[in-house]
Amino acid sequence: MNDDKKQELITVYVDDREVRVPPGTNMIEAAAKAGIEVPHYCYHPKLSVAGNCRMCMVELGMPEKDRATGKPVLDNEGNQKVMWIPKPAIACATKAMPGIRIKTKSDLARSCQEGVMEFLLVNHPLDCPICDQAGECRLQEFATDYGRGYSRFVEEKNVKPKRTLLGPRVMLDDERCILCSRCVRFCQEIADDDVLGFVDRGSYTTLTCYPGKQLENNYSLNTVDICPVGALTSTDFRFKMRPWFLRETHSICTESSVGVNTVVSSREGKIHRITPRRNDEVNDTWMADSGRELYKQVEAKHRLLKAVVDSFETDNVGGAIREAADLLKGERKIAFVGSGRSSVEEQFLFKKLADQAGARLTALVGRVAEGDGLLISADRNPNVRGALVTGLINELPEAELSDLEDAIDKEEIDTVVAYNEDLSAAGISEQQLAKVTIIYVGTHFNETSARARVVLPASTVFEKNGSFINQQYRLQKFLQAVPGRAEGQDDRRILAGMLAEFGVLVSPEIDDVWAEMSETIETFRDIGFMKIPSTGLLLDPPSHLRDLRYPEGGSLHYEPAKEEASVT
Amino acid sequence: MALVVQRKPLSWLENTYIPQILGGMKITLKHMFAPKVTLEYPEERPVIPENYRGVPTLVKDPNGRVKCVSCQLCEFVCPPKAIRIWPGEIPEEAETAHVEKEPDDFEIDMLRCIYCGLCEEVCPEEAIFLQDTFSVTGYSRDEFKFRKDKLLQLGGTLPDKHYKWDKKKEAALRGNEH
Repeated sequence: MNDDKKQELITVYVDDREVRVPPGTNMIEAAAKAGIEVPHYCYHPKLSVAGNCRMCMVELGMPEKDRATGKPVLDNEGNQKVMWIPKPAIACATKAMPGIRIKTKSDLARSCQEGVMEFLLVNHPLDCPICDQAGECRLQEFATDYGRGYSRFVEEKNVKPKRTLLGPRVMLDDERCILCSRCVRFCQEIADDDVLGFVDRGSYTTLTCYPGKQLENNYSLNTVDICPVGALTSTDFRFKMRPWFLRETHSICTESSVGVNTVVSSREGKIHRITPRRNDEVNDTWMADSGRELYKQVEAKHRLLKAVVDSFETDNVGGAIREAADLLKGERKIAFVGSGRSSVEEQFLFKKLADQAGARLTALVGRVAEGDGLLISADRNPNVRGALVTGLINELPEAELSDLEDAIDKEEIDTVVAYNEDLSAAGISEQQLAKVTIIYVGTHFNETSARARVVLPASTVFEKNGSFINQQYRLQKFLQAVPGRAEGQDDRRILAGMLAEFGVLVSPEIDDVWAEMSETIETFRDIGFMKIPSTGLLLDPPSHLRDLRYPEGGSLHYEPAKEEASVT
Repeated sequence: MALVVQRKPLSWLENTYIPQILGGMKITLKHMFAPKVTLEYPEERPVIPENYRGVPTLVKDPNGRVKCVSCQLCEFVCPPKAIRIWPGEIPEEAETAHVEKEPDDFEIDMLRCIYCGLCEEVCPEEAIFLQDTFSVTGYSRDEFKFRKDKLLQLGGTLPDKHYKWDKKKEAALRGNEH
């Protein structure tokens, strides 16, 4: 942070602890900065302030000034007096002002928090044993901190609709709802699909969809994430696994070049769900529903698990790698088709292999579709920029490999190495495919793998470490969540194995690949895999890459570069 | 320093062995007429005390509902990781649909179980009890993996103090006056 910005900070006091924050900071955030948690339900850092749960009530004080002169009033010891407001105020709707003080643990604040907690639990069903939220439930957490441990409520609890399907992916249990309105505000403010609202009054207030509408937008599952209790649950994850069994791994969504930060939750090598991870520079705390389904590809039926040589499955992956390398040696006219879905490291090794094999043509398959302006960009490849930086390609990829088609027709190419890309989907016809020898490295069966001489099984993004470069030229890393299903072969091992057949010895270990990349690629200078922070690292791409006309439109935290305007 | 124990020489009477033989006969005769302390196991079975920790079992409530809702707390707490639960959803047309959740399958590996009773202690639904079965035998390792059916059969029905879910259903049927 530079000096100008430091000047702007003001001092506030949380439980007599001094914190320096920018003016206007929410007092819940200021307290968090001081390491003090103010309990809250309705407040969410990325949504507007509603102030309806009343859980964050604190005592509030301002430094006293003389009304006539505006001068500070001092006490006997020369300190400025503090005027404490006699009634509690909610911290979430209080902005930081110079000298403002809050007490979060005073008798008054404590009795407020305990009172609100008791009221919230009055009509809550307390069915934690069957509730999916148990284990990550704010109500459970604050009930242990501020609850009284037994109930004084002898009347009957409210009866509200249960098991209501709000949309194809979201299930609502109204009895558990504490009416914080986070989901309502999310639909209005972020998803821009205003379908949720409250009906009825008082203790009968019920969350519902507007008549004739459904919560079916592609961001609906974010309401499940932000629901502080178990009222909104995901139909996909419902009753599958308790959260305390899940191992959480940081990953990156491969849906588009936005590079949404995610958490992959798995147990014993089986992935159960994907949830967004907060990154204020990329995706805030949101994620598209379609990206959450991608874990299903790991156990898809058409998953490639064994090497195939001449349409015979083999357990000898090393032999298959040798077979593939032999096909590339000699007087071959080879084309290398890489993937924008591979990691930077794989693209680097793939490029190295292409150079060794003397490839006549290297290409990438482009995937451009309409972006939604939020978290799905027009470029559906997560890592086209990685291929540009590593030099695998020099221009933006096309969806159809017309160069390769021409070359095959003119018999300038007789061997194609396809890396996780289906050539027939990229516009190569059956006759053209029949003319060439194909080596396929990939995760799933497709038309190309069916026609390949050698098929090598690769890992999905959940089964390996690596990094992607997103649309902002932000280098982001993903970590292995589950053990690889495909014969213990990591992509980097396959590529390093093929390179070894050409007499080039490279270590497939990710740190060693990075050591080599930081030496040879200017953009990656002084970067190592371990040095990439969990929120990513903004790269400074060379100017010829900056000037390319990328297909992405604007999205959350990304504005496409204007013509002749510099990228900020 | 070594201590030398002085041994008294046996008296004349002791040398005849008669007092010792008579003493032994007395004990034998006493036990011939005393009540038996052993059991003719396995024909006769011992009385198992109420709080005995035998094989963990799943129980039903008096209305025949499987009490387990597959919250998986016992799976979590189990020190030797003997328990494995596959949770499932109760279909909406079922009579107990309001309970929503039940185990699709439940497995306790009795070769792993250490009879500690933590599962019984942690269960929020009072669905798992270590009862009086103490003898577990089998011919293969698979036989020692007790699945849901076997556990329910061993558990039987236990009296219920709360009828928590029945009360819940009654309240829902009554509804609240709007």
